[in-house]
Amino acid sequence: MLKITNNQTIELDKIKKLDYDKFYSSVVELLNKKENHCVNYFAYPIKDEFQFFIAIADDKNHDIVILSHQLNQDDKKELKSLTEKIFSLHIFEREIYENYGIKFIGHPWLKPVRYPSNRANKTNINDYPFYTIKSNELHEVGVGPIHAGIIEPGHFRFICNGENVLHLEIQLGWQHRGIEQLFLEKKNHLQRNILAENIAGDTVIGHTTAFAQTLESLANFNVSEQLHLERALALELERIAIHTGDIGALCVDAAYHLGANVFGILRTAIINFIQAWCGNRFGKSLIRLGGSNFPFTKELRNELFEVLKSYEKKFEEMARITYRLTSIQNRFELIGTITEKQARIIGTVGLSARMANVLRDVRETHPNIAFQKYPVNPVVLKTGDVMARFVAKKREIRKSISWIRDLLNNFKFKENIEKPNYSLKLKPQHFSISLCEGWRGEICHCAITDKDGALTYYKVKDPSLHNWKVLELSLRNVEISDFPINNKSYNLSYCGNDL
Amino acid sequence: MISVFLIIISSVFFVGIISKVKAKIAARKMPSIIQPFYDIIRLFKKGAVYSSTTSFIFKIAPLVYFSTVLMATLFMPIGSQNSILSFDGDFLFFAYLLALGKFLMIIAAMDTGSGFEGMGANREALYSILIEPAFFILIGSLALFTDITSFQSLFVNLQDSTNISYFIGIFYIYVFVNIAMVENSRMPIDDPKTHLELTMIHEVMVLDYSGFDLGLINIASWLKFSIYGALISNFLINQSFVWYWQIIEFIGIQITFAVLVGILESFTARNKMGKNPQWIIILSAISIVIFLTGLIITQKIILN
Repeated sequence: MLKITNNQTIELDKIKKLDYDKFYSSVVELLNKKENHCVNYFAYPIKDEFQFFIAIADDKNHDIVILSHQLNQDDKKELKSLTEKIFSLHIFEREIYENYGIKFIGHPWLKPVRYPSNRANKTNINDYPFYTIKSNELHEVGVGPIHAGIIEPGHFRFICNGENVLHLEIQLGWQHRGIEQLFLEKKNHLQRNILAENIAGDTVIGHTTAFAQTLESLANFNVSEQLHLERALALELERIAIHTGDIGALCVDAAYHLGANVFGILRTAIINFIQAWCGNRFGKSLIRLGGSNFPFTKELRNELFEVLKSYEKKFEEMARITYRLTSIQNRFELIGTITEKQARIIGTVGLSARMANVLRDVRETHPNIAFQKYPVNPVVLKTGDVMARFVAKKREIRKSISWIRDLLNNFKFKENIEKPNYSLKLKPQHFSISLCEGWRGEICHCAITDKDGALTYYKVKDPSLHNWKVLELSLRNVEISDFPINNKSYNLSYCGNDL
Repeated sequence: MISVFLIIISSVFFVGIISKVKAKIAARKMPSIIQPFYDIIRLFKKGAVYSSTTSFIFKIAPLVYFSTVLMATLFMPIGSQNSILSFDGDFLFFAYLLALGKFLMIIAAMDTGSGFEGMGANREALYSILIEPAFFILIGSLALFTDITSFQSLFVNLQDSTNISYFIGIFYIYVFVNIAMVENSRMPIDDPKTHLELTMIHEVMVLDYSGFDLGLINIASWLKFSIYGALISNFLINQSFVWYWQIIEFIGIQITFAVLVGILESFTARNKMGKNPQWIIILSAISIVIFLTGLIITQKIILN
């Protein structure tokens, strides 16, 4: 079995093409182990043939297993579904079916994922096959795709018995922009870099880091340790900012406006620092291929110390009030509970997994250079309800702050850093994979080059792709009025899912 | 006459004071205290849009709702200022006037055929049913003390029997503040500021109203707040004072009530929807305690 580590590139020829039965049994065997989970599974089209790649992360041995099989031109476009045995692959099989029309026999529900324009099946989004239950006692409530707030479009369909939700179906795809296709169409690395920034507006640093790592590894281009650390620093700042915003947003949904305002103000302090660093509050233009335009100077270092000091003081004060407020506890506890078993079956990643006692954190299990040098120990909670997510966000913020302090105190940042390099030459016929722990969870980018060294396939996976199912499940037998706080507690990405 | 006038005047500022207090506590910039009034003027200038699935019920409901609430103010005395209308048993009439308006709003919400509004109507109906006993038991026990069944003389006579009124005063005010919160769909039952349709109660019911109709509905809810404020203040106003002192007392109590609502809303999160009925029933339970105490004190039942 071919094992590689995170951010490693290998020749395409080295990946052995198994026949499907062998592929099937190996995948089932691997994924039945607790420490393994699938990080990406996709079909790479070569004319009329398809090469399937599956990347399975082994959290114990800190490596990634790559398996592959090929569907030849004359083969029937039908395969036995892996979802029957390993449920967490359901979304990947649906995606492959949607894009290339390859049927998976035995898949419980092969419905489309996002309705891209180049999909195999040309039916309209209006003909979406929704799940229905026929009964006089039940009623359906449809929410979206146009929302009352400022969030992105997505359609939620509840089947309710009175106030209780029996089933929630989430239909996404409204934000589809064809990102993966655009990566291939844009030949300039700078354009691709900017494209990566725009995969999901709230995970700019996460996605751009994964992108930069993928292409740098594909070009065999080594960047300095300081650059890695600066990227990790930005990643942690993003985590602090978004988690703080989420805590505030959860307070809004619980109608606790005092907390909402204070946490909103605190979030601004952090994103304003990111703006002072790179000119954009969300960190756009901060992370560039092969270098950086914005070195982390001494002044920035001092300013960050100040910002964190005042942030931490206010945050702890407000957190003490908010987390001890009985009405908040009353509102959040025992709602939307996900058991560890459920989380494992779905293949949840990131914070949504860690709050249900499943340790999945790329920073710990597949660290890049930055996190090898300055390790984090992840927050893991047991209860799996809204309160657990609420608490997990607070604890992760604390961990990130102490990680940043540790870094700032122990690493001597040099004033100059290498400039970005957009003329990286990619190695021909190679496959590269990069994992990065964004604030939402594990981000996975995969790239394949052809014999001239041009990108022929680029695959992006946002953690939301795994995690939307968790939201559906946590709504089972929960009151419909608890949907907003559940949704906000996960804060999943619509555009990251839709690409 | 003065009492109706006072209730209407105080209602204009009531919602403004609440949002001012909430803004102050949350360290936000404060809207003007008569901002709600400007909003109403804006709404009145606008035309209304009606969904084609609705019938005449949808159109008459806001008018009925507004007029029932306005009529209910006519029964409300303030201190020794007489109410315009008064007869024996008028508190029953008062309660069901308000209920009539609410009933029409509920069926109007069902009339739109929207999934959201049906849900809101369902919740509003449930909470109205649950809050009704608290109101009646409480007023009923006051009637028991005084042997009088009209608002006008109820409060006058209650003041004469001072010891009892001090005793039950605390409970009375507590229950009435909370009844006002439930009736007006405020925290912790409902969050009037939320943008999430799935968690709304009153707001989701009026989702389809616009322009003039929405303006009427908003005015009616201010008036309701003010009426409950007047009910509470009647209990506290000292009727031996001269009339202008009573008016000052009334205004003071209304402002305190509004500030109290603002503070309550700032420092708590709202209830989980499923726990609301339990929370409302507690109010009825307190009323029953008052009622039983009343029976014992007036020696209608004798404990051995």
